[in-house]
Amino acid sequence: MTDFQVEVYQNEYLPQGSAEVNAIVTVTASGNATPAASAGADAAEVIIIDTSGSMQHPATKLAAAKRATAAAIDALRDGVNFAVVSGSERADLVYPPRLGMRPATALSREEAKRAVNALRADGGTAMGEWLLLARELFATQTSPLRHAILLTDGQNVHERPKKLERILEGVTGQFVCDCRGVGTDWEVKELRKISTALLGTVDIVAEPADLEADFRAMTSNAMGKEVADVSLRLWTPQGATVKFVKQVEPTLTDLTDRRVESAARSGDYPTGAWGSESRDYHVCVQVNPANVGDKMLAARVSLVSATGDVLGKGQVLAVWTDDTALSTKINPEVAHYTGQAELASAIEEGLEAQRAGQIESATAKLGRAVKLAHESGHEDTAKLLAKVVEVVDPVHGTIRLKREVATVDAMTLESRSQVTKRVGRKSEED
Amino acid sequence: MNCPDCGEPAEATDRYCENCGGSLQLRRTPSGGPIGRVGGAGCVGCGGAVSSDGYCETCGRAQPTGRDRMEFDLELVAGVSDRGRSRARNEDSMAFGVVGPVDAPQAVVTVVCDGVGSTERADSASQAAVDAAIEAIVDALLSGSSPRSATDDGAAAAYESVGELARPNSPDTAPSCTLVSAVVTQSEITVGWIGDSRAYWVSSSPDVPSRRLTTDDTLVAQLVAAGMDEAEASASLNAHALARWVGADAEQAPPHVVVIQPEAPGRLLLCSDGLWNYLPDAESLAARVSDAEPLKVAAELTSIANELGGHDNITVVVIPWEGRVP
Repeated sequence: MTDFQVEVYQNEYLPQGSAEVNAIVTVTASGNATPAASAGADAAEVIIIDTSGSMQHPATKLAAAKRATAAAIDALRDGVNFAVVSGSERADLVYPPRLGMRPATALSREEAKRAVNALRADGGTAMGEWLLLARELFATQTSPLRHAILLTDGQNVHERPKKLERILEGVTGQFVCDCRGVGTDWEVKELRKISTALLGTVDIVAEPADLEADFRAMTSNAMGKEVADVSLRLWTPQGATVKFVKQVEPTLTDLTDRRVESAARSGDYPTGAWGSESRDYHVCVQVNPANVGDKMLAARVSLVSATGDVLGKGQVLAVWTDDTALSTKINPEVAHYTGQAELASAIEEGLEAQRAGQIESATAKLGRAVKLAHESGHEDTAKLLAKVVEVVDPVHGTIRLKREVATVDAMTLESRSQVTKRVGRKSEED
Repeated sequence: MNCPDCGEPAEATDRYCENCGGSLQLRRTPSGGPIGRVGGAGCVGCGGAVSSDGYCETCGRAQPTGRDRMEFDLELVAGVSDRGRSRARNEDSMAFGVVGPVDAPQAVVTVVCDGVGSTERADSASQAAVDAAIEAIVDALLSGSSPRSATDDGAAAAYESVGELARPNSPDTAPSCTLVSAVVTQSEITVGWIGDSRAYWVSSSPDVPSRRLTTDDTLVAQLVAAGMDEAEASASLNAHALARWVGADAEQAPPHVVVIQPEAPGRLLLCSDGLWNYLPDAESLAARVSDAEPLKVAAELTSIANELGGHDNITVVVIPWEGRVP
């Protein structure tokens, strides 16, 4: 059984008249180190592999995608129901032969890999169709844990953005989907739209050769999940408004608009499936300010399972004080993740400006990003930034734009801009 | 004699009633202090339903708890502890008791503790400290110890009980508090302290001056004691930070102790800084002490502190002393 622990980090002291309450909610799930083999039937996996014509250029791309898919199939736990879909301007079922899924066994794995090996690349790209087939496949299963991997190398040119959006609305909540772009001809924003809606991750796999390891990692990660469809439930007092709810660790995902009302003054935000892991959420609530000396429960945070069981809870408080020593104290967790969110948007806006040829704006934004990455000790992002800009002084964020930037470097930076760095906590250092 | 609780006859030397188990040698404030919230079912703000954790289900407001305002009166000693006007909770605690048979009291024991505001669960710390200290002092007195040695025992018990509240491996969030105790007998008054909660002697005689009995365990007090000008000492960094306190992260040492044998009747006053911050010197404090009974005096002084701002929790315990002037 998985145990959920909820911890709240905040400075509950507010100066007189102040109305905004910020808190970082850390949710830690701990369960069986090795999920029981019998749990296999609780999980379902769909692997979607792009077989549009471009996957043939160069031919190594398709070959690598096939190897990666085979690796993912091998990484499935025995008994997990799975299917493979190939995508072009339409979606085709590669395995099993008829609509449905097969439990992973030595035989079914071999059959699936043979079918994948026979794939050829041809046609266009319409990702919405791929997702619709995935949903149809999942619908044949009762497994609570539903995960998909989507691999593409191009842009969604054979489908209008509106149509993709409509399809996304229809499949949201049906399964979790991790998206991977191979090469540099795909668009980060487009894949992010899919991964965000389906509570998954997005990343670039610049070298086709690296696909195999990445697919294996994604599959084992999906196999480590134990509890599906967990929601973060937020109760707020009368007169309060939730300004935002964001997952801030391990990646930034804004959940604010995903709220589903669950009771009076309560709303649920989807968090997807959980294995043994820890995630941080930034909750910002606007309350009616009270008098100095008054204390208020600004939010009750609970984690709720698909069946409505409360898995863990915490409190976000507000206490008004005229003691500035208390109210001006900056909570390190809140500050850290506020900085991480700013870092992500500085990178995205900076790259956007650079693409649009707005030199001044790009220099300012990316310079700010360098400064923030340096301050927060986000070394991975700092390294990626250094490939895109020339860093003169990281402390002050002084940079020069590079004349030539490799597309792969800019795309890698953009893909990983929303990967956050966990705040350094004393308790973890002990 | 009869047991004051159940009325059954008892021997004058018995410590506990054979019938109900109540103490025959001690009447004291409730151990653990008042627990839970006060008042009716509805929220004090909007009238909505209140959940079990003490917050309104509708407006989220924290409901007043019994600790927000505590008043106890044992006639020979009485006290008030108040949240004040700007703190969210009352982290001060007080405990007092009358030792000896009901018809022949031998000593009044009082402990006041002020939870250190920068620590978690400072209210639990101060309550644990007053309960442990008064119990240890009374036990020591009843087994024949001197008031001075009983005072030492009280502080040691407070250290131990507050220390147990600390979470393992995180001494920086260990709850802590100050402590001031008094053992008042017919011949003398023994005051012990750690930290900056104070004891004052308020004289009822014009010939005998009122005076402060304690010296704060703060940097500023130490600098003044070393001869520095008070204004200059106060200006130094962290001047009012505690130099000693009771807690898992404190260095344990015996309390400071003074013993006085007043030359004329008066009242002993124990208080937290929520009062003395507004009335620090003995003469100005004594000027505000009326001739009323102890509970009224404590309530009046608490009101004065609240009117002057009520910036911190306020606790005042008053013990009249007629004494036997030799």
